[in-house]
Amino acid sequence: MKNPLDSLWGTVISGLVLTVVLYFLARAMMGGG
Amino acid sequence: MSWEFIHYGLGRWVHILFGVMWIGLLYYFNFVQVDAMKKAAADTPPTGAGISKHVAPLALFYFRWAAVGTWVMGAFLLGDKFDEAFLFKEHAYVPIGIGAWLGTIMLFNVWVLIWPNQKKILGLKPASDEEKAKARRVAFLASRTNTMLSIPMIFFMSSSALFHRGLFAG
Repeated sequence: MKNPLDSLWGTVISGLVLTVVLYFLARAMMGGG
Repeated sequence: MSWEFIHYGLGRWVHILFGVMWIGLLYYFNFVQVDAMKKAAADTPPTGAGISKHVAPLALFYFRWAAVGTWVMGAFLLGDKFDEAFLFKEHAYVPIGIGAWLGTIMLFNVWVLIWPNQKKILGLKPASDEEKAKARRVAFLASRTNTMLSIPMIFFMSSSALFHRGLFAG
């Protein structure tokens, strides 16, 4: 599998996906479910 | 002038000034210089020497010290809530704690992975061609990792408005 970080837009999309994942993690840690 | 104004007003201002310089140069490297150097290397003769010699070292100087300034001013802003944020001790400090951890990982990447390898790439530290090729790959991936991490980092750094509107708890 190609490393998404080799492509600039793969990097940006990875960052956006990570933002969504961490947002839900933060909500869960704060008891918001 | 109150201490509160110095701490949260001037402190946030300086934190953002350093942050703009750090992330601005990070985006310059990733959105502009990487591609430009690739094209310059493909020219006959190659035309990237001026960037390597004059632009990159200066950009890296401001980049790595702005990273330190951003982190130090962020720690100053957290003040006595530093451990609440980093150890996620209070619910209210979870978003900024996540942002602070992302920023800390990025600072580590700058000083431990990017800068030592860039010194080899730019010829500021002696290295064989093989070592340079390896250094180029490590510095590139660390820089791309920081670009990726900067996206959620900025989200969480600017998330206090979301928190106060209940958007983390709903």
